[in-house]
Amino acid sequence: MSFLPLSRRSLLKAGAAGLAAAALPMGFARAQSPVTIGAVYVGPRDDFGWNQAHSVAMEILKGVPGVTVVEEENVPETDAVTQSMESMINLDGANLILATSFGYYSPFVVELAKKYPDVEFRHAAPLWKDTDPKNAGSYFPYLNQAHYVNGVAAGLASPTGKIGFVAAKPIPSVLSNINSVLLGARSTNPNATVQVIFTGEWSLPVREAEATNALVDAGCDVITCHVDSPKVVIETAEGRGVKTLGHNASQAPLAPKGFITGAEYKWETIYKGYADNIAKGEPLPNFMVGGYNNDMLRNTAYGAGATPEAIKAADAAIAELVKGTPIYAGSLKDNTGKVVIDKSYDNYDPFLDGMNYLLEGVQGSLT
Amino acid sequence: MTVQTAGPAYVTRAPNVRSLKLAESFFIPIAALVVSALLFSVFLLIIGKSPVDFFALVWTGGFGSSFSFQNTLQRSAPLVLTGLAFAVPARIGLTIIGGEGALVLGGFAAAAVAIPLVTNGVPPFLTLPLMAIAAMATGGFWIGLAGWLRHYRGVNETISSLLLSYIAIAIMNFFVEGALRDPASANKPSTMPIGDAYRVGAMPFTDVHWGLGAGVLLAIVLYILMSRTTFGFAARMTGGNPRAALAQGLPVGFLVVTCCVIAGACAGLGGFFEVAAIHGQANASLVAGYGFTGILVAFLARHNPLAVVPVAILFGAIAAAGGLVQRRMGMPDATVLVLQGIIFVVLLTSETMYGRLKFFQPGTGADRT
Repeated sequence: MSFLPLSRRSLLKAGAAGLAAAALPMGFARAQSPVTIGAVYVGPRDDFGWNQAHSVAMEILKGVPGVTVVEEENVPETDAVTQSMESMINLDGANLILATSFGYYSPFVVELAKKYPDVEFRHAAPLWKDTDPKNAGSYFPYLNQAHYVNGVAAGLASPTGKIGFVAAKPIPSVLSNINSVLLGARSTNPNATVQVIFTGEWSLPVREAEATNALVDAGCDVITCHVDSPKVVIETAEGRGVKTLGHNASQAPLAPKGFITGAEYKWETIYKGYADNIAKGEPLPNFMVGGYNNDMLRNTAYGAGATPEAIKAADAAIAELVKGTPIYAGSLKDNTGKVVIDKSYDNYDPFLDGMNYLLEGVQGSLT
Repeated sequence: MTVQTAGPAYVTRAPNVRSLKLAESFFIPIAALVVSALLFSVFLLIIGKSPVDFFALVWTGGFGSSFSFQNTLQRSAPLVLTGLAFAVPARIGLTIIGGEGALVLGGFAAAAVAIPLVTNGVPPFLTLPLMAIAAMATGGFWIGLAGWLRHYRGVNETISSLLLSYIAIAIMNFFVEGALRDPASANKPSTMPIGDAYRVGAMPFTDVHWGLGAGVLLAIVLYILMSRTTFGFAARMTGGNPRAALAQGLPVGFLVVTCCVIAGACAGLGGFFEVAAIHGQANASLVAGYGFTGILVAFLARHNPLAVVPVAILFGAIAAAGGLVQRRMGMPDATVLVLQGIIFVVLLTSETMYGRLKFFQPGTGADRT
């Protein structure tokens, strides 16, 4: 054992020399070299939610010629993610790392991007700043557009117009999804309401089931949610015999009787774009946001809970969103009666990123 | 075990007897690892995967190159310290499973102490030791509390240390999401970052932070303390029979609380390195389960502080290789947990083999009657 440090040192020196020698030719070869994408997930790949949505996209990428995909699940937001990413770079030859959980970015992605300037890092939340390394970046679709379509369908598919929403935390992206469901539903049923319950955490299955039951007991006949894994909410609602709207990934198999449609990310659009950039030797964009207008979202194929009118209206809403028609077309009041949106805002207006209110028609409070 | 040590003490001084015992304590764990590997191979064959591929990947991912080995060492760094946090009280007969709480609270204390020091520009060579002291003191106090409750109030230390862990995490969350929250950390509440100048770097010629070095050093110190000093002897005697120790006039209360304080300080130091070397701030990521994995590490090391180091490295290697196995063989993350579980059960079972393998017994039969 006592010789170990010595041999490790000499190994390292040899390794460093080897790397230095290899660096140059690799730089030239990269322009047309095959693309290896390493994706890191914070939870299991089959969670019917956030992680599954990414994994579904990676499955599609596996079919793209010249693209190799390596995936690692259940990686916590500690330096374990640094070690996993570094292992992908060193052992799998990854030249693009997709870090898909919020807490991966700082300091882990930022520091590793500095250490490996030849590898591209992209992170799935809008956190990249100009001062961060240029080989890092952010991508983030505005899922509220697909939740708006959910609302449009629910307005016609719901007999009572009462929609229940199980939400994790009252942060802007969640609030925007709630408000978008309401605005969508009101566009097809002016009397529609959304009742919301916050669970306080991203993953609290027991409380999510309780919240779902409470909403059904309160008379809601369509249930949707914004939690990490909607599995529990959708299954509970299906068991109670009410209709459901999905979130993040497809939950259609969980609710064969009541599923209407769901708000889904279409990560493969972004990932294919990155792979294409790398294969052609082009720079990758540092900051990407999008929605229906640039093919970054989709709604899950309509289930048995959707009515023909609901399908027609939802398809029409998607067509409008593709054209960029604004969802927040004011003026709009919050549920305390204060005017919070004074005019029409573009779907990507930074003003909407600071959303801290529930619109009139949403029953619930942020505190 | 007890039969042997209680027997003729002079006999065990003979050099060949000691080397036989040493050989036994190497042979049994290694044999257990081989048996675990065979059992796991059966599991792999049942699910239709190649054991050869698997163990080749474990080698590549855990030890195969200087990068892999460093990856292993990085992952093992916190486990050495939390392993010690379980092993030391175990020698005095206490089952302290609250290392997680001491680590979290220690890390939080380090980050909290750093805030005024960093904002007032106190140089790193003063700030970092103060952070480490704060972390060790806080961790030591926390587990010391469990020891105090045990000795003076008769509260079961396993339960109290576990519950204290939850309280520790709640305290950390309370401050991180409240009074000490950095306003810039909107979506993930954290304390103010200490900044790059105040970060603990890597050890020379490696990418492994100093937490591992500190852990190895502490393991050696604690091994000497527990095996070669009167304090250690008194502690082990108390562990063997507290009543007899009391009857002998040993300061049992002092020994119990001190062992717990040492344990908490080890875990707290682990928290310090998580903050100063990894995160640069305190947040919910401190709650990563290192404290609980440390329990497994200490068990497999048979509560020997020196053995904690290689066992922690083994766990680091399994974790490092686990990622590669997922990526190359398309197996779920849980596969590695199955391997860990098999190793754990087999190693615990192998405990019963000590003193039963004839080959390792000196002067079989005659001496021991």
